[in-house]
Amino acid sequence: MQIIEKTRILFYTFIFLVVAIGVSCSGQKLGDSNSSGTSGTIRVAGTGSTFVKPMMDKWGSEFGKLNPTINIDYSSTGSGAGIKGIQNQTVDFGGTDAAMSDDELKQAAGGEIVHIPVVLGAVVLTYNLAELKEPLKLTPELISDIYLGKIRKWDDERIKKENPNAALPANDITPVFRADGSGTSDIFTDYLSKTVPEWKEKVGRTKNPQLPQGIGIGGKGNEGVMGQVKNTPNTIGYVELTFAKANNLPAALIRNKAGNFVEAGSSTVSNAAAGMADKMPDDLRFEITNAEGADSYPISGIVFMLVYRDQKDARKGKALADFLWWAINDGKQYVVDLHYAPIPPKLVEKAGAKIDLLSNGGKSLRKQ
Amino acid sequence: MARSGTLGDKVYRTVLLAAAISILLIVAAVLYMMVQNSLPTIQRFGAGFLFASEWNPSQEKFGALPFIYGTVVSSILALILAVPISLGIAIFLVEQAPKSIARPIAFMVELLAAIPSVVYGLWGIFVLAPFIRNYLGPVLQDNLGFLPLFQGRLTGIGMFTGGIILALMITPIITAVVRDVLEAVPNTQREAALALGATKWETTMIVLGNAASGIAGAVVLGLGRAVGETMAVTMVIGNSPQITASLFEPAYTIASVLAANFADATEETYLSALIEMALVLFLVTVIINALAKLMIMSVAGRANAAKHV
Repeated sequence: MQIIEKTRILFYTFIFLVVAIGVSCSGQKLGDSNSSGTSGTIRVAGTGSTFVKPMMDKWGSEFGKLNPTINIDYSSTGSGAGIKGIQNQTVDFGGTDAAMSDDELKQAAGGEIVHIPVVLGAVVLTYNLAELKEPLKLTPELISDIYLGKIRKWDDERIKKENPNAALPANDITPVFRADGSGTSDIFTDYLSKTVPEWKEKVGRTKNPQLPQGIGIGGKGNEGVMGQVKNTPNTIGYVELTFAKANNLPAALIRNKAGNFVEAGSSTVSNAAAGMADKMPDDLRFEITNAEGADSYPISGIVFMLVYRDQKDARKGKALADFLWWAINDGKQYVVDLHYAPIPPKLVEKAGAKIDLLSNGGKSLRKQ
Repeated sequence: MARSGTLGDKVYRTVLLAAAISILLIVAAVLYMMVQNSLPTIQRFGAGFLFASEWNPSQEKFGALPFIYGTVVSSILALILAVPISLGIAIFLVEQAPKSIARPIAFMVELLAAIPSVVYGLWGIFVLAPFIRNYLGPVLQDNLGFLPLFQGRLTGIGMFTGGIILALMITPIITAVVRDVLEAVPNTQREAALALGATKWETTMIVLGNAASGIAGAVVLGLGRAVGETMAVTMVIGNSPQITASLFEPAYTIASVLAANFADATEETYLSALIEMALVLFLVTVIINALAKLMIMSVAGRANAAKHV
């Protein structure tokens, strides 16, 4: 009898759970539909670039304190997924480290997409050389030759030439690359494609770089690359600036277009964007790799938010436009602490003009 | 408490039948989805997909061979290392160890099975890879360096480390199942063997012979996990699609490439290639299971035949 009792209790518990989950799910749906009505909180959902996730979380929570009725919800799924999400209109905005291509823009289901640059980042080359005290100096040619397997030893004459006083060991170099498709690889390969013809021909600009067979080790994500570099002597790898700073990794000085060796940091990355500000096209789809300027860090990148110009839902569109406006203006104060770089004033102006374009029924949402 | 009327029985039977059918439906749905979504590359590359060895998504070159190679070799390596150890542990637990020792050891083995694979991966990066780079690798290269298997650059990251991690992960599963199988062999057999004057070793051999089909099943369970294991392998195998004789070089497995690239694959052909790879993994698992069933049947058949002699 006791067994039957127990079974019955289990059975009722099960039924209870099923009902409870069902109710809570439908409850959530009710909440969702409310958000586009006239009362309650407004939930604005975005997805995309993993790189900008910590920044979006910080902005979302700070903006939420000022506007308790607006809930900015950003999930990190990768730049590709961010583009896919905005194309299919499964989210209200997408985040990406690389501007959308013309082909990708054509596939957008909701009309014209506006690119809004919000923050800058950079890719640094980190390495595991225990005896090296001062930062390594690298030129684009050296990086390319190392990753193509043409320079195989740390004490190669060409590396020594740029680093005459460095204690370089006579060991094999093991380059580490990103095994997963990533915006980091895109910025890195874009930079090398612009500066080294051989790289452009053999690898090119891509989110999935393939090195010649047997040259390197692949790591999944920034943490994967960092793990390999940190634990394997004589490795070199590329990771995002925020990541390198947060983990106190050494970062090489890179020779920029002006011929100076520059350290990656918030100001040198902002310089890169400022150096390009006059050259950028009207739709703001551009890169800042290999930028002009004596003090510009050359392997820098921009994070864009992707939004439809025509917002179907006025309240949500207004919340989104206000949030983006706030992020590039007031939100700046949180950027440097998280090791990103703020977009320079000229670009803030241009991005602001783009945000003003967001409209519902032909009326600008910002100015309502 | 007379509630088990015919209606109750009917409901009971229907629920059970639905549960059984749901499995078929799930398998069919998975297979259908994978075939449907991989059609672009199946039509474009045909069987060449399986035999091409170049993988470069940005140039639309998709060859699955390095991944199939990596999956098969790392799994075989894992089995070679794990099966003897697992058999040893299981035989010790059942045939030799007193209860007071057997219980804690069995508990530890089960604990190993419960460790999440990402933890194995971390341990691989921080402990196993440096150990292989600094100690085990040099010893192997000094003594067996004439074999192509042990030549090449020693970074501690590669097929060898991947194989060892996999071996550690499948050891608890194989051990647990073999232990159950051995415990199921009737004690009368051991007593009979001992009574006829067999040594402990000979007795164990007889027990193992009778448990052969179960042991084969245990090995296949382990192999199944090794083939599909993703996280830990991704962290230590080096993720470089290449086919080399050296075990110290980086390699790549199907499960790893899927995990690493699925989220960001936006181009249709690329996505299709990845899904076709998943289909390949699915088929490899089906083939392994079928082979195992055949093996078990043949062993069981022989055992039955022996009984009738």
